[in-house]
Amino acid sequence: MASNLSDYKTEVHNDWCPGCGDFGIVSAIQMALAELAIPRHKAAIFSGVGCSGKTSHYVNVYGVHTLHGRVMTFAQGAKLANPEMTIVAAGGDGDGLGIGAGHFVAAGRRNVDMTYIIFNNGVYGLTKGQASPTLKLGLKTKSLPEPNVNQSVNPIALAIASGFTFVARGYAYDVRQLKDLIVAAIKHRGLSFLDVLQPCPTYNDINTRDWFAGMDNLDEITKKPRPRIYKLEDTGYDPVVHIDSPEEENEKLTQALIKSNEWDSKIPTGIFYKNEMIAPYDERIGDRIPNYLENPPAYQEISSNGKSITDISKILDSLQI
Amino acid sequence: MALDLTWVIGGPQGGGVESAANIFAGACAGCGLKIFGKREYYSNIKGEHSYFGVRVSDKEIRSNVIGITMLAAFDAETLFRHVDDVHDDGAIVYESDLEQVKTDEIPTLDKPFKERLEKHLSSKNKPLTIQGALEVAKERGVTLYPISFKTILSTLAEEMNNPTIRGMFRMLNVLSVSVSIGLLGLPPDTLLRSVEKIFSSKPKIAEMNKHAANYAYNYATAKYQKFKYHLSPIQSNSDVILVQGFQSTGLGKLAAGCRFQSYYPITPASDESVFLESNETFDVENNRPGSTIIVQTEDEISAIGMLIGAALTGARAATSTSGPGFSLMAEALGWAGINEVPIVVTLYQRSGPSTGLPTRHGQDDLLFAIYAGHGDFPRIVYASGDIEEGFYDAAECFNFAETFQMPVIHMMDKFIASTVATVKRFDPTKITIERGKLLEKINDDNYKRFTPSEDGISPRSKLGLENGIFWNTGDESDEQGHISEDPVNRMYKMDKRAKKIEVALETIPKEDQVVNHGISDFCLVSWGSTKGPILDAIEMLKKDNYNVGFVQVKLLHPFPQDYVKSLLKDVKTIIDVEANYSAQLGTLLNENLDRKVDYYILKYTGRAMTCTELYESIKKIIDGKAEKRQVLSYGV
Repeated sequence: MASNLSDYKTEVHNDWCPGCGDFGIVSAIQMALAELAIPRHKAAIFSGVGCSGKTSHYVNVYGVHTLHGRVMTFAQGAKLANPEMTIVAAGGDGDGLGIGAGHFVAAGRRNVDMTYIIFNNGVYGLTKGQASPTLKLGLKTKSLPEPNVNQSVNPIALAIASGFTFVARGYAYDVRQLKDLIVAAIKHRGLSFLDVLQPCPTYNDINTRDWFAGMDNLDEITKKPRPRIYKLEDTGYDPVVHIDSPEEENEKLTQALIKSNEWDSKIPTGIFYKNEMIAPYDERIGDRIPNYLENPPAYQEISSNGKSITDISKILDSLQI
Repeated sequence: MALDLTWVIGGPQGGGVESAANIFAGACAGCGLKIFGKREYYSNIKGEHSYFGVRVSDKEIRSNVIGITMLAAFDAETLFRHVDDVHDDGAIVYESDLEQVKTDEIPTLDKPFKERLEKHLSSKNKPLTIQGALEVAKERGVTLYPISFKTILSTLAEEMNNPTIRGMFRMLNVLSVSVSIGLLGLPPDTLLRSVEKIFSSKPKIAEMNKHAANYAYNYATAKYQKFKYHLSPIQSNSDVILVQGFQSTGLGKLAAGCRFQSYYPITPASDESVFLESNETFDVENNRPGSTIIVQTEDEISAIGMLIGAALTGARAATSTSGPGFSLMAEALGWAGINEVPIVVTLYQRSGPSTGLPTRHGQDDLLFAIYAGHGDFPRIVYASGDIEEGFYDAAECFNFAETFQMPVIHMMDKFIASTVATVKRFDPTKITIERGKLLEKINDDNYKRFTPSEDGISPRSKLGLENGIFWNTGDESDEQGHISEDPVNRMYKMDKRAKKIEVALETIPKEDQVVNHGISDFCLVSWGSTKGPILDAIEMLKKDNYNVGFVQVKLLHPFPQDYVKSLLKDVKTIIDVEANYSAQLGTLLNENLDRKVDYYILKYTGRAMTCTELYESIKKIIDGKAEKRQVLSYGV
């Protein structure tokens, strides 16, 4: 049963630029939490640094605005210590794929049961528009003195290669689809990644809302714009690894990688890859510590009347002369 | 006469030197004797020279001494490196096959050392061989025990009908320990018990090694008389453990309720995390079984990030690292500071800068620990002086972190980490657990994380607590934790955080801040692992009728200025002792006292201080024959 959407909104003044794609993302997060009816104290938004970093202040659940590039480290630590929490990490493309790229890759290897949303706009907004790791080679956005000299990283492909078990892309101006994707990402058992195309109206004057809508690319006959964005689900694409076999996995990985390379004229959104055959991190811990989920670090009793109740006598015995 | 001897075993890294030393230490400790052992090794996996010095005594010992009573060597490099360190009336047990080995034949002898060695041998008109080096020793009076360990191996192979034993060079270690124990006159049963304990996880190997140990022991006792310095079992307190430094902080953390530790592999800190992971589940009094989650991260930035995330859920959480890793943690340390998150960072120092001497000792990071991170924020820096303190302090650091809601850096070092010693069994009932203003329940929905309070410490919610929602941010923030750049709020938050430092200094008991080991006209002031060598040196000085005081500063930040001042007010000569180049505690003393330090005793070779060199240095100062800055250098 859905909760009241307004419960998930804070009264904090939102200072993103007018028309910013971030508004759509924060709405979609609030809508997803309401639809899933997650009690507010059972959810936490972790965010990185940059415009997207402010997201945690706008959602009325626990909010942890961390350091540039480090959002996944804080978020995973919290989830491992209290697995009952629904954890959503949010950050920018420079944040997660530049300074934080090492954590991105390492997170994929762990497959902690949580969600990571990257606000992907190709620029470093808060520092006045430098090229981010996702800006295409040769593009010269508004405030760049020279065209971008670096190849762009492919977030979808990197997530798949790193081991994320749910990889999807949304578009900041399609809030309904984005909400559905976030709901699916949160429900997924394992680490889910959402690449959200989020036009920056101030510094990215190339990949704009109009550009995504194909306003520069009119049909020669009808003279109507040909939108670049399309939905994978509309093409009969099946992202799910249904059976635990290398052939099935290879097929689904390959098609996702090929789809992730589409850009320019056709840009797919939706779920690229979903694999629940891979054990999430909590199950891996559970194999070693049977009562981990029922008695995780955050809930363990450690003292009684100010005295230690942990029994270390066996270890001391093994050291005894 | 009190019994006090040092036995050293050396060999190539990866050759089992450590197991051998542990067998030796275990056998001696099993006879009621006190042990203080220290391992030295290169940053290398296999082949470079490593050695373990074990000091044994029938009275309390807390440090190493200059010189070797008995050296056990089955490789040439060990002989070359340590032969001159054997006392004139000491002994060398060695593989007799090695006598013809030339200095040129040992690729791991580094050039500066080789040059010094060859010059020394030439000056004595000796050939540049093991034989030459041994002749020099023999002429000084050293007793030589040439033993063909390889022949023993062959005999064992035949006796046990197992030809593979002939090539088991790792067993040379067990053989040389067993011969040593035989020569030193300890009974064989403690030797065999110790061998069994070391190989307890591998019963077959344990059996084989026990057989070998027994054979070598009998061989030595049949062939030779007891060495003139020998050991005998003594009655002693049964409540003793043989423990290494990294185990002490690990055990302290477990007892204190640490339930999460993230770390990135680094020498010498990661031994602690590996030890914790090996003991990740345990019983809890009147409760479900407990566990601690140990996460190996992708780097130290992630280690501290995860630690903070875990701490936000209310769990006691920590990381353990060394200098290079701590450097990477500096930014997040500030985040924990501004958001008042209780975290514990155990900092096992080693010699820097940069990679420095990565497997060697140093107390190089005191000032860095105090100042790490940009911006002004409160933290506590607390240093343990030895293995036993490591246990109790590790627990106390969590109390500091939670009571004052700030990061705590627990200073340890390589010397303590790789020391193995007999210590009074740790007593977990002495540990108190103080969780400060941590909330378990909030009834209304007016909670604000940074609500004002007189002591600057606000009630602390945790992720998952109903009605406890808060925000954290690396930006300056308001009472709820939302970003605020308001100047009035900024002053409130800065003052609030700074207030906690004053409160910490007022609240932490004086005896936990500084240990007064005695005040005298000549007074040593120090911190950390110099404690052992200092206490041993003071005892040596007492025998010469020199009275020396010692003030051990444990709380380094906030610095207990008034208390240290009051302790030192009648002291005539202040002597600062530390294992670093720039006298970092000395800098703090000069800042905080109304006077200057009179003498410095420093060591920065990467090797820990021995009580012997410290004793000599202090004596020189008291006799008025010392320079202001004494630099110690003993050790291979």
